[in-house]
Amino acid sequence: MAETLDQLFIRILHVLVGLFPEGLQPAVGLLVSLGAVLAVFGLLFGLTTVCERKGIARMQNRLGPNRVGPFGFLQFVADGIKTLTKEDVVPRTADRVVHFLAPLALLVPVVLTFLVLPFGRNMVILDLDVGLLFFFAAGASTELAVFMAGWASRNKYSLLGAMRAIAQMLSYELPFILSTVGVVMVAGTLSTVGIVERQAAAPGEWLARWHVFTPWGLAAFVLFMIAAFAESNRSPFDLPEGESEIVAGYFIEYSGFKFAIFFMAEYLGMFSSSGMAVTLFLGGWTAPVAFLSWVPSWFWFFSKLAVLIALFIWVRGTTPRLRMDQLMDFAWKFMLPLALVILPVVAVWHWVGGGWRGWLIGGPVLVAAYVLLGRALVGRRRIGPRVYRYAGEGGA
Amino acid sequence: MSPVFYFLALLTVAGAVGSMSLRNPVHCALSLVVAFVGLAGIYLGLGAQFLGLAQVLVYVGAVAILLVFVLLLTRGGEPEAEAGRVRMRWLGVLLAMAVTGVLVAALVATPLPAPRVEPPEIPTVRSTGEALMADYVIPLQVVGVLLTAAMIGAAVLALPERGGRGGREEPRGGAR
Repeated sequence: MAETLDQLFIRILHVLVGLFPEGLQPAVGLLVSLGAVLAVFGLLFGLTTVCERKGIARMQNRLGPNRVGPFGFLQFVADGIKTLTKEDVVPRTADRVVHFLAPLALLVPVVLTFLVLPFGRNMVILDLDVGLLFFFAAGASTELAVFMAGWASRNKYSLLGAMRAIAQMLSYELPFILSTVGVVMVAGTLSTVGIVERQAAAPGEWLARWHVFTPWGLAAFVLFMIAAFAESNRSPFDLPEGESEIVAGYFIEYSGFKFAIFFMAEYLGMFSSSGMAVTLFLGGWTAPVAFLSWVPSWFWFFSKLAVLIALFIWVRGTTPRLRMDQLMDFAWKFMLPLALVILPVVAVWHWVGGGWRGWLIGGPVLVAAYVLLGRALVGRRRIGPRVYRYAGEGGA
Repeated sequence: MSPVFYFLALLTVAGAVGSMSLRNPVHCALSLVVAFVGLAGIYLGLGAQFLGLAQVLVYVGAVAILLVFVLLLTRGGEPEAEAGRVRMRWLGVLLAMAVTGVLVAALVATPLPAPRVEPPEIPTVRSTGEALMADYVIPLQVVGVLLTAAMIGAAVLALPERGGRGGREEPRGGAR
């Protein structure tokens, strides 16, 4: 029974593909899986927007959307119809071809990143030998699309937003990739499926071997999540689209359906980053404790994903936006060195065979690196109550 | 030689031609990206997964961004009306034809190796990594040192000059 439920979607896929002639089956299988991924994550996108608006409204002592459908949960349908029927406005001076291509160039790589995520046991569309590299290669292609959007609009604000976005995404890509190197070192493979299988509980053990349960894994998970916030341009790293400074950043000149594509790509990017964090550090579809392994594997993946999405919403509701120089300092002077410190710790952990010895050596090293780097980042600046100076007071 | 190869080859060549012949420099850069992607597709088709994805990661993710940054910082991204007007056009055509002739002559004169009977094994990431970290570790380290030196040199050039006349402090953001 548990086995049937676990492999339910795979069986449905096999039945569906079996209806087609032999030669077409691989292509049909790929198309059906891609359609299923788009449908599931499209629906998740809609629900997340409603949950985010309601959640942030609660944090800000408002009500949030509550008119359409039960508790306002059909708001995203109304929004979708609205964006689909709006007029598509293109600025007269815009570069029409590039302006048109930019949303597509953004959405396609983001959708491609979902191909290598294992959603459950046997539930991965492409089990590549280099799955992790595929994820990062597709993710890196989105930066160019952001530039295309910002440049082709011929708008100062959108160009500023694009430049901010590129600077930010390039800077945070380093810790984003480096924080995963430790996992690859320990797992000995770049295949996402292999990395997940390695984190399952060994026979006889009650606790799973998730990487987040190790000192380096915990540190790398936190770094990866911070970098994922920056990569998806979400608060507190939402400078590229800071409403109070540059209106909406690189997609200011987009309306209607194209705007919806930008909006959707941002959320899909957030989902795929969260999914990769689940895969690399939170054990993917494996159960946290051995006696719960009868629960279907896809249930575990999606519940972990939901927790991380809730984290994204929570952080957005509670943190202010960073300034540009703080953003760069944080990436280059704090996250990058810390990600480099993690690598020798992983090597030592692997060498002593983990366990209490690994904690004894790795834990203090990482805590020391964290404290020292944090002190160095703050520098000699004193942090005290803020002093406001006004024009005309004879400033410094 | 599958249809996929021909499609990718056409894409690569079209991108390369576009990057030479388009008027707007940013369009040229974007067209070059198309050529990069086509090349990565050809690598993937040959079974070199690591190389193909590294090509996308490095060239599309970093080199292309660098290109457009440089274009925007130096020229403002506006096409110049007279850009591309070349004097002595006939000299250029003659030169290009001479280079092509030399290349074709060299290609024709080169004896091609006999086609191998057994197909070479598809390289995995593991074999690529072992080759880089065991057989070619010293060249890899040398390249690393070279790139680091280049980066330090660039940083030194970009630093504001200390001392001398003026010598003003670099304005720093901080708690104001």
